[in-house]
Amino acid sequence: MRGGEALIKSLADQGVDVVFGYPGGVLLPLYDVIYDSDMKHILVRHEQCAAHAADGYARASGKVGVCIGTSGPGATNLVTGIATAYMDSSPIVAIAGQVATGLIGNDAFQEVDTIGMTMPITKHNFQPMTPQEIPGMIKSAFYIAGTGRPGPVVVDLPKDVQEQELDMEKEVRIDLPGYKPTRKGHPLQIKRAANLIANSKKPVILAGGGVILSGSSEELLKLSEIIDAPVVTSLLGKGSFPEDHPYSLGMLGMHGTKPSNFMVDECDCLIAVGCRFSDRTTGNVAEFAKNAKIIHIDIDPAEIGKNVDIDIPIVGDAKITLSNLIKALSQINIRGNTDEWMRYVQNCKRSSTPRTSFDDVPLKPQQVIKEIMQATDEETIVTTDVGLNQMWMAHYFKVRHPRTFLSSGGLGTMGFGFPAAMGAKVAKPESDVVAVCGDGGFLMVSQDLATIKEYDIPVVICILDNRYLGMVAQWQKLFYEKRLSHTHLGEVPDFVKLAEAFGVAAYRVEKPGEVRETLKNAINSGEPTLIDITIDPEEILPMVPPGCGLTEMVGEYKIELESADGVPYYREAEERAGE
Amino acid sequence: MENERTHIISALVLHKPGVLQRVAGLFTRRGFNIDSITVGTSEQEGIARMTIMAKGDQKVLEQITKQLNKIIDVIKVRDLEPEKTVKRELCLIKVHTPTEKVRSEVIQYANIFRGRIIDVSPETLTIEITGASDKIDALIDLVKTFGIKEIARTGPTAMSRGIRTI
Repeated sequence: MRGGEALIKSLADQGVDVVFGYPGGVLLPLYDVIYDSDMKHILVRHEQCAAHAADGYARASGKVGVCIGTSGPGATNLVTGIATAYMDSSPIVAIAGQVATGLIGNDAFQEVDTIGMTMPITKHNFQPMTPQEIPGMIKSAFYIAGTGRPGPVVVDLPKDVQEQELDMEKEVRIDLPGYKPTRKGHPLQIKRAANLIANSKKPVILAGGGVILSGSSEELLKLSEIIDAPVVTSLLGKGSFPEDHPYSLGMLGMHGTKPSNFMVDECDCLIAVGCRFSDRTTGNVAEFAKNAKIIHIDIDPAEIGKNVDIDIPIVGDAKITLSNLIKALSQINIRGNTDEWMRYVQNCKRSSTPRTSFDDVPLKPQQVIKEIMQATDEETIVTTDVGLNQMWMAHYFKVRHPRTFLSSGGLGTMGFGFPAAMGAKVAKPESDVVAVCGDGGFLMVSQDLATIKEYDIPVVICILDNRYLGMVAQWQKLFYEKRLSHTHLGEVPDFVKLAEAFGVAAYRVEKPGEVRETLKNAINSGEPTLIDITIDPEEILPMVPPGCGLTEMVGEYKIELESADGVPYYREAEERAGE
Repeated sequence: MENERTHIISALVLHKPGVLQRVAGLFTRRGFNIDSITVGTSEQEGIARMTIMAKGDQKVLEQITKQLNKIIDVIKVRDLEPEKTVKRELCLIKVHTPTEKVRSEVIQYANIFRGRIIDVSPETLTIEITGASDKIDALIDLVKTFGIKEIARTGPTAMSRGIRTI
């Protein structure tokens, strides 16, 4: 068997049935094998989209996503997607072609030091120098990517190694003496945490992406209900807790909701699960949760104490640790301690419910997001791009299930939303997938309209089109005396015509009600569709300026207690939760 | 910074290509203050021992050890207690010795410091000295007045005293 065949067989042994890739000179031996194999290969139109698609595949399914790019420019194009996956702990295996072993280091045609380049943005990377190493490296790559704190792994595959013969052994052993993630939290620390929680009067739970990665949403819900504590999430934590639950306060941080930011400021006990306290989540760390004792549960010990000082650190898998914490709490009588606090929390939530119903033309983004919610169901997977579109979604789109809200958090990668949606749809063909993008981010990856048409991947792309780099313009408006330096994108392109050139159905909507109808029809059509939604370029979000504490928000919410149908949103939510 | 001191970190790593880059790159990327890093084979085949000298307070040290532990090729990391650690550095000093008088003075100094003369030329003497870094510094200071042509230092390598191993 040759190296290329061994690679495909090793991928299949890991349960991989689809890869996102782009061939090139050094990958010819591998692609020659793919030609005859059962492996489904989706030819993207840019390697960055291959990496984002693999990432979206991983985030939607919980499986490891796979992308392939050739040496040199192929590998450098993968880098943005790999770094995105690294920052958000998404398990992908990226296979890069490399020049033949004899040419490595000679500045050969399309050579780049992929190992050196990806070392700081991967959990690990491999370069087999003989075909015999391939099966073990692939098995190890998947094991590393998918266990512990998940993350991307790169396999850099020289051309001659793909061509040479090897004996494929029946059993491949993983030998990683330096890799032993701790899964079970320390019992004594869990006991200490339980005691602290039981004695707290004003607890808040902060849930991050780790809750979703470890599949511990049920445990999280149970914890919040038995201790009667509100739940705030990081951006990546959206979906870890049902956002229509009365205990949900929404996202925390720089672009977070008012109740989340204020309750974290006031709480006396913060139970942080699977989050890394990014600067976008904490604001000024000196001011962060300054009245609280902090419990931090995370599988990555390096995250504990990195940004915020922790009172009770617990290293472990969130699912196992939360169940053990719940067990420890069941031995202590705690119910009732937080009644006053919860009344206060609910009042704050009620009085700061933002207005989402608008009749305005151009459309208000709040109204658009509301209509997207009305047109989709709770199982729909939504992806976002980066910028204001993302923050509007984070604010107004109520996510109810894990792995249904996919967004580039840590790296803030413009161009993520659309290819991630493509990957999510491939992973979950039975789910509706909607990508909510800004006009700027979508243009960075618009060439992959060809891919969704060619492979009939029916995602719906909603472009919140304000012809601005909205988030940057917002900062210029707030912090740079409204000097809008190079953030206006001009009037081109016509997104409808662009999509039509790729053979993708496209619509433009401009008035209230149209988003809902058009999106519903697009989803029902089962065709890849683009919807260009003209929105008000003046609309921005309240936010916490960089370096400020979470309670120092600037900008005002439009508060709305009564929604259009006369039912306050919070009441609607409470009733739903009570059913 | 308060409580900032130099830490001696000993790490067992897989003896593979790129492992030094993985470790050194981590220090650059995370903004840790690295003084020196030495690496060589250990008593076990396929495993190398690294000695890293790094400055920082307790919080920085904690991050360094945790981040090092995250590297897949790193097997074990320990911050060695200075008072329970033997620490040695090797240094070669090539001194300008144009006259007999200078030559004999330099040889005397080398002897006092238990250094050895390992190379002689009409114009130079090369001293080999092993020991604590400050002892090496002291000898360098002494012979500096004669003119130093070249210095090559390894940076300290270290291990725990007594039966303790990592």
